[in-house]
Amino acid sequence: MHSITELLQQLVYGLSLGSIYALIALGYTMVYGIVKLINFAHGDVMMVGAYMGWIAITVFHFPFFPAILFAMIVAAIAGIIIERTAYKPLRNATRIAALITAIGVSLFLEYGGMLVVGAQMRTYPNVFPETMYNIGGIIFKFGDIVMLVTALVLMLLLHFTVQYTKIGKAMRASSFDMEAALLMGVNVNTTISATFAIGSALAAAAGVLYGIYFNSIDPLMGITPGLKAFVAAVLGGIGIIPGAMVGGLVLGITESLVSGFGASTWRDAVAFLILILVLIIKPSGLFGKNLREKV
Amino acid sequence: MKRVSILNRKNALTLFLVIVMYAVIQGLIVTDILPPLYTSTLIQVCVYVILAASLNLINGITGQFSIGHAGFMAIGAYLAGIVSVKFHGPLFLSLLVGGIVAAVAGFIVGLPTLRLRGDYLAIATLGLGQIVMIIFQNIDYFGGAAGMQVGRHINWSWAFWVTIISLVVIHNFVNSTHGRACISVRENEIAAEAMGVNTTKYKVLAFTLGAFFAGVAGGIYSNYMYFIQPTTFNFLTSFNILVMVVLGGLGSMTGSILGALIMTVLNVALSGIPSLRMVITALLLIIMMLFRPSGLMGTKEFNLNFLEKKGERNVA
Amino acid sequence: MLKIGNLSKSFGGLKAVSNLNIDIKDGELIGLIGPNGAGKTTVFNLITGVYEPTEGEILFRERKIDGLKPYQVTHRGIARTFQNIRLFADLNVIDNVKIAYHQHAKYSSLGAILRLPSYFKGEAEMEKKALELLKVFRLEGKAREVAKNLPYGEQRRLEIARALAAEPKLLLLDEPAAGMNPQETHELMELIRWIRDTFKLTILLIEHDMSLVMGVCERIYVLDYGTIIAQGGPDEIKSNPKVIEAYLGEEAI
Ligand SMILES: Nc1ncnc2c1ncn2[C@@H]1O[C@H](COP(=O)(O)OP(=O)(O)OP(=O)(O)O)[C@@H](O)[C@H]1O
Ligand SMILES: [Mg+2]
Repeated sequence: MHSITELLQQLVYGLSLGSIYALIALGYTMVYGIVKLINFAHGDVMMVGAYMGWIAITVFHFPFFPAILFAMIVAAIAGIIIERTAYKPLRNATRIAALITAIGVSLFLEYGGMLVVGAQMRTYPNVFPETMYNIGGIIFKFGDIVMLVTALVLMLLLHFTVQYTKIGKAMRASSFDMEAALLMGVNVNTTISATFAIGSALAAAAGVLYGIYFNSIDPLMGITPGLKAFVAAVLGGIGIIPGAMVGGLVLGITESLVSGFGASTWRDAVAFLILILVLIIKPSGLFGKNLREKV
Repeated sequence: MKRVSILNRKNALTLFLVIVMYAVIQGLIVTDILPPLYTSTLIQVCVYVILAASLNLINGITGQFSIGHAGFMAIGAYLAGIVSVKFHGPLFLSLLVGGIVAAVAGFIVGLPTLRLRGDYLAIATLGLGQIVMIIFQNIDYFGGAAGMQVGRHINWSWAFWVTIISLVVIHNFVNSTHGRACISVRENEIAAEAMGVNTTKYKVLAFTLGAFFAGVAGGIYSNYMYFIQPTTFNFLTSFNILVMVVLGGLGSMTGSILGALIMTVLNVALSGIPSLRMVITALLLIIMMLFRPSGLMGTKEFNLNFLEKKGERNVA
Repeated sequence: MLKIGNLSKSFGGLKAVSNLNIDIKDGELIGLIGPNGAGKTTVFNLITGVYEPTEGEILFRERKIDGLKPYQVTHRGIARTFQNIRLFADLNVIDNVKIAYHQHAKYSSLGAILRLPSYFKGEAEMEKKALELLKVFRLEGKAREVAKNLPYGEQRRLEIARALAAEPKLLLLDEPAAGMNPQETHELMELIRWIRDTFKLTILLIEHDMSLVMGVCERIYVLDYGTIIAQGGPDEIKSNPKVIEAYLGEEAI
């Protein structure tokens, strides 16, 4: 790192990357909040979304916004199908059984995807003009700005959905106390499906943005950002929606700074190190409360 | 009172069967009847049997949830490789160093992380496994991301007997008051603690012992495979080991052996079509959890007890 | 034997136990009673190290035990049962008992791995002791049965047997008669007195069943809202107006 400008430049990169992590982390956190499941397949749903966006743009020649919407809708449906077939029957099983199933679904999407679309990388089409803005030596790409804005709008939308709509209230009630919610007449099945749908749609949006950000996609692309988004969710306190947003941004910025310091081969290790430190020092995350089993 | 001794009919019979198994396979190898691919598969079976049995000690017997076992395998593989290649050490030493360094790593890592429960522990161990991989990618002494040339220093006989010894050690540990202490942690941690079991100690002990054998297995692997690379030990390998244990039945040692056998053979048979292989693995995992979450064996063991006269039965 | 001084425990804003003083002598059989939520189980959890006290101290045989981990407390000579049975449900009956003998095991992990003579001797001894203990609780016929398949009353008895296997000086029983019928309760009463005499134990028990408490305990502490409101012999307690009020108050709700 040589100067303040470079530092700020890394911060800008980190913000874009972080907003993508945040979008994925939201799905993890929402699902965990309600069914207490680490949905390992979530990163792969993001991959599915990225491919859907890619198809929409290259095959259907959709512009950016319809393409991202298309990806979100398909992923939402995929999310519901996954929940209904693989997770729902295990709702009362041990958490370990559910976690193993999630690993299975994850592998299925990755390698099933490979069978369908092939293992090779695909170049993501350039949907944005290459315009750049130079503000005080810091470069903002047009695409980065659109990405950041998209991510922010989606997060705001989610916030309003969760806070003010009927389904959002049902989600909050279920995540607070599933049995009580059931007694109060909340349709828990619908609520859980809705949670998976919304989480998957956000992941798909993240997938499209990720594809644009890194220019290429492949069937295994979801693994690393998936794990990192999980780190973000844990960092913010799993189950807590604003926590996931903050966690994602913090992680993205940290990674950019580590790369900026010339240690990019260690970048992934840093994310996992953060994960382990958080888990050991404060497993409930930055915004969480500690809970203990009653004897 | 029952006579409990090492010299009983069951142990004698088990030993006999093991020797027969060894002799038959060794005969086939010496006479060149068995193609080299099969020998290689058999050695992989040995490696994965040890890995599965040692992960079962952590996940099945002690009830913890580690999904970063490949990290310890990597440590064992690399350090055993170094002993073999850079120091021209004997194989025995190579495997021992691999195991011990992995065990030390397991101890250091286990001490703080084993306070975590269930899925939190799972994700922490997953992260640790990935960190190990990244560390090897970044250290030139170990060949960095390109990998390390090890050569071949082990044959079937060594692999087989090291596997047998590992299994005996794990079995003897599990079937003792110390093994019962581990099981009590799995069954009810609060009650175990109230009955005077130092649960932290036994969690860390099981984790360390499990890491040791994962290291030994890694040592066998690197001493056989000519060449190792950090990505060989990524989380897919960890998942693979996990699948074996779950397939066999968490808590069942014979189940783990069975799971390792089935999965390794399946993996070799389908190695020409890697994607399909993984899809099959995935479906197997999901279907297993949906329809038989306790695995093939549950927590039961396959044993030769039924061959014994009543009243002479060993206390498991 | 056990001396609890000014013990307090708060959960957030709630003071579950406040300023508690209890003094138990060697060989006594003491009852701890009180309405639901009075803080009785919390007292057990404090003694056994499950919770750390907010204030106060606990002395056991003249040595401080607060701040110790639960297993360390057990090693000092205190064993307990749980209000909501916590057996090793999927293990068989005898293994449940053997696990509590673990701290007295006479062979190391290495001895087990190498199958040294110490292992065989140690295992044989544990087996023998465990069976003897099961005989006391009339469970020897079910030694190989899985604990969770036992009827409720037998599970309660097994939990006491398991606690005794830890070879304690002080035994804490949390509602040992809960869920038992009057016949079983009566037998349990006899059993508790008998084990106190045979094993030379001191016993502190929590119980809702008044006939059991009054019939078996020599001294009783009454807890309400985390404080001792009365103590003394069964007859004193029965006629104590504060106790009557605490219990009637509860019934009135
Ligand atoms: N871990 C905990 N966290 C928060 N509050 C607790 C905890 N444990 C106990 N409490 C509270 O402390 C109070 C006393 O509980 P405790 O279990 O000691 O009562 P008790 O006298 O054993 O009642 P019961 O007869 O119902 O068993 C209760 O209000 C309970 O809710
Ligand atoms: Mg109670």
